[in-house]
Amino acid sequence: MLRLFLRGLLSALPTLLLVSLFVFTLQQLLPGDPVLAMAGEERDPQVLEFLREKYRLNDPVPVQYLHWMGGVLQGDLGISLRTDQPVTALIAEKLPVTLELSLLAIVIALLIGIPTGIVAAVRRGTAVDYGANLVALSGISIPHFWLGILLILLFAVKLQWLPASGFVPFHEDPLRNLRTLVLPAFVLGAGLSGTLMRHTRAAMLEVLRADYVRTARAKGLRERVVILRHALRNALMPIVTLTTLLFGELLGGAVLTEQVFSIPGFGKMIVDAVFNRDYAVVQGVVLCVAVGFVLLNLLADLLYRLINPRLRQAA
Amino acid sequence: MNALTLPHPATLRPARSPFWRKFSANRGALLGAALILTFALAALLAPWLAPFDPLKTSFLAVRKAPSALNWLGTDELGRDLLSRLLWGARSSLLAGVVSVAIALLVGVPLGLVAGYFGGWLDALISRLVEALLSCPFLVLAIALGAFLGPSLGNAMIAIGLSAMPVFARLTRGQVLAIRHEDYLEGARAIGLPDRWILWRYVLPNILSPLVVQATLTIAAAILAEASLSFLGLGQQPPMPSWGSILNTAKNFMEQAPWMSIAPGVCIYLTVLGFNLLGDGLRDALDPRHQ
Amino acid sequence: MKVSAWLCATLLLLASSSALAETTLRIGIQDDPDVLDPHRSRTYSGRLVYTALCDKLVDVSPQLELVPQLATAWQWGDDNRSLTLHLRPGVTFHDGEAFDAAAVKFNLDRARSLPDSLRKSELASVDTVEVVDPQTVRIHLKQPDATLLAQLSDRAGMMLAPKASTGDVGSKPVCSGPYRFVQRVQQDRIVLERFPQYWNASAYHFDRLIFLPIPDTSVRLANLRSGDLDIVERVAPTDVKGLQGQAGFTLYNTPGLGYMQLMVNMANGDRAKNPFAGDKRVRQAFDLALDREALNQVVFEGLYAPSVQPFPQSSPYYDKAFAVPARDVARSQALLKAAGVALPVKVELKIANNPIAQQVGQLIQAMAAEAGFEVNLVATEYATLLAEQHAGNFQLGLSAWSGRPDPDGNVHQFVTCKGNQNDGHYCNAALDQLLDQARTTNDQAQRQTLYAQALTLLREELPVFYLYFDPRIIATRADLKGFIPNPDGLIRLAGVTRGQ
Repeated sequence: MLRLFLRGLLSALPTLLLVSLFVFTLQQLLPGDPVLAMAGEERDPQVLEFLREKYRLNDPVPVQYLHWMGGVLQGDLGISLRTDQPVTALIAEKLPVTLELSLLAIVIALLIGIPTGIVAAVRRGTAVDYGANLVALSGISIPHFWLGILLILLFAVKLQWLPASGFVPFHEDPLRNLRTLVLPAFVLGAGLSGTLMRHTRAAMLEVLRADYVRTARAKGLRERVVILRHALRNALMPIVTLTTLLFGELLGGAVLTEQVFSIPGFGKMIVDAVFNRDYAVVQGVVLCVAVGFVLLNLLADLLYRLINPRLRQAA
Repeated sequence: MNALTLPHPATLRPARSPFWRKFSANRGALLGAALILTFALAALLAPWLAPFDPLKTSFLAVRKAPSALNWLGTDELGRDLLSRLLWGARSSLLAGVVSVAIALLVGVPLGLVAGYFGGWLDALISRLVEALLSCPFLVLAIALGAFLGPSLGNAMIAIGLSAMPVFARLTRGQVLAIRHEDYLEGARAIGLPDRWILWRYVLPNILSPLVVQATLTIAAAILAEASLSFLGLGQQPPMPSWGSILNTAKNFMEQAPWMSIAPGVCIYLTVLGFNLLGDGLRDALDPRHQ
Repeated sequence: MKVSAWLCATLLLLASSSALAETTLRIGIQDDPDVLDPHRSRTYSGRLVYTALCDKLVDVSPQLELVPQLATAWQWGDDNRSLTLHLRPGVTFHDGEAFDAAAVKFNLDRARSLPDSLRKSELASVDTVEVVDPQTVRIHLKQPDATLLAQLSDRAGMMLAPKASTGDVGSKPVCSGPYRFVQRVQQDRIVLERFPQYWNASAYHFDRLIFLPIPDTSVRLANLRSGDLDIVERVAPTDVKGLQGQAGFTLYNTPGLGYMQLMVNMANGDRAKNPFAGDKRVRQAFDLALDREALNQVVFEGLYAPSVQPFPQSSPYYDKAFAVPARDVARSQALLKAAGVALPVKVELKIANNPIAQQVGQLIQAMAAEAGFEVNLVATEYATLLAEQHAGNFQLGLSAWSGRPDPDGNVHQFVTCKGNQNDGHYCNAALDQLLDQARTTNDQAQRQTLYAQALTLLREELPVFYLYFDPRIIATRADLKGFIPNPDGLIRLAGVTRGQ
């Protein structure tokens, strides 16, 4: 198992290198001078030139890349041009936020998606099935930022049950923290629940046709026991791998939700950095997200290999 | 035996009628098709359907609620919202279709080459695709959009290029699955050029999953265009697009909620339509669901 | 069993969080400040935080007069070539260091010598700083500078603690303001806590300040409504009516110092070869085609102040002779005819891609079309816009300026030949002379005459079209009493209490 993991990691390295090259090139191609963008209203030409020298922006592009990569290999992802903070410190600040939001979103998605998927599979072909599919597709089709705005209008402004935006860290005030994350996690989770519901349904349908389920039914067990005890356990396995992959996508993908709800996570950080031409931040964060994505993919792969033999065993 | 007498690969596919039978029995797919048709017609006939000029500002009619004159109300510069939504359908649908066309035109050949020829070409292309897939899709689109400059055309290119890896990977997977089929081995054995084989034999047999994926990606592309416009990178004023209308509307959430609701509903229904259609196509084309 | 344990834990948590309820004030600001070092800082949002964090030598009153803060009195001497400041006794920095003339010297020297200090141009006239005695400091100037005191009312006059400010100031700024720095999470919050040894500590009634950057104006307001914020700055004008109707909130609408302008590319590169740069009659025609009042009504609910000069109405340098003229399309068309340009006059207007700029741009497009101008709007992302204007890749550019209390700050760097913000490269020796002279005399009457002459020139030549001044609209919860708004829009908390 460990050998597989390491081998996977090794084969992922060229991919990560390509990602770094790609992101770096893209940043260089973005029009606009980052120093000028940073300077905003205060435009002293001497200071601008000094800053360009300080951040090595006058160096030829390949030199800048090598310098950056050198830093990366030593754990230094550069400095944010906007606030002078090291990018690694920024990532350390924002990673827990994104992780927590992603975790809550996945939990909500699982809580909605799996039961709905089971019901849809069991009642296949009926109105319940079609209805559930429609709701699932709706979740995938609704623009996140629109749903977010509507929810803020309803829950924060009209009903005043939840805060409109912002974030409080968990260790500071757990209750408040959860209250700030409910709406954005719901927005993200609603979208994911659609995907999860459909895959659960597909997996359940697959499993419900299997021999061991027929055997269980033939034994005279109650339908509910058959579904929950025998079928579900085996159907859940591909769901686990899917969930892992979805988690990976959430890491950098909650861009608009974070923007609307002002959640200081990765998505918001990347978008702000792109618009501010804060090169180091974009490169560092995208690389980090790519690493996370690759790791989670590897994990999903390993999990799949782990549970596969058991599937064969049960049948 | 020569190429002209080989069984045509198309005849190896299941006959047409089960597809239509399954498709028309699928209520979801029909609903999806109906939704898309409605919006497509609205977009096509916008010049005749729109009651007002979508660009005509009117200082006296700023942010008026829906009324008999303006069925969906007016926006922040006094323009009729219904007219702007109808014309905006053009931008959004165009964005969806053109983006996916770009993604297909770039991704499918890459996938074909990678899957068919294998070797170092495959390794290189796969790595490239994997690298692109590791970057969050929206972030990629935003960065490309910022690089190219804010405009609808550039947004379409940005989204198309960001969606390309999915098609490359799908195509490659499909090609790998049929690479060792008999008819392909036969074609190679008699010395047919690779280009011919790819175009006449491989491509037609992998079309179904591509069509399904394309339909689903149009849905994602429409959402992406709305997202980019929401961030100020897509369609620029004064031309309307659903996402840019929402971008301005969010500043008037309380004074003029109709500005936020209508374009959101349009995006939702159109995207839903494409998702339902893609679903229906997948079910209808899937040989397992007989 | 398990349930009750969970219940106990939750109750304990709730109890503890309410017991720790020192009075906190939550302030919603528009953007996240940049580096928190007054000498290197460049954002307006930074100034909002500094108002509570860092005291400065002088402050600006709501009537735009300079009032004491760390300096209690000042005199000009030597033909206005030296400024003597008498410092407030008994002031300490957040780390316990004493504030004295040596500290002032340290700060002014740092502001002038730090390689990436952005205050250098503001203190360009300073020659040396002399410590006369611990409570008196004398600044010697290279030439008379009427703007110096005004500069010392902003970041150039903010005092950092010398011993604590030798390294990286931005991560932990140590000043002498009513609140000291606790924590900062980029793009999330800045937390300050009350400094008990502040020289005017009794005027400040809140233990903690939390600044929360929320870029979306409606979300910021929603937070105020839901009770998660106490004060919100830069309320959108379209939200004002809704807020005025509601009990529970107080609205402060003060005419501001900052304005919006359209800059013409007069001589910066190839794109200066446009009909606007060539003939001032075309520019005058364009000016007459604009209906600034209508713009104000449509986009800003009538809350902004249309203007054709760079000085706000509250400024003593505002010239009543240049009130906003009524729109005159006929005269505009006549001027175009006299100029002999081919109609329609095609021009490109570059705007930032935010909703306000887009609305303004579209309205200008519509209004100018009626006089015979074909305005092509190009929305550009902010960072790109700055670079393009700097490089001369524009014909007309819409840009905002946050405003300064001294009139020189609102005009000099935009229209003088070597001005840092003069992206259009307009160069007029006579104008330069007037504006340079206006900075060197301290006599208000003399300055008024000089600026009046400069305005006459500007109105004739029109290298820049001034459009309007933004008000500073601040909304607070109704139970906050004692807040006095200021045209600079900064939030001063002296005397602010949470009454009942």
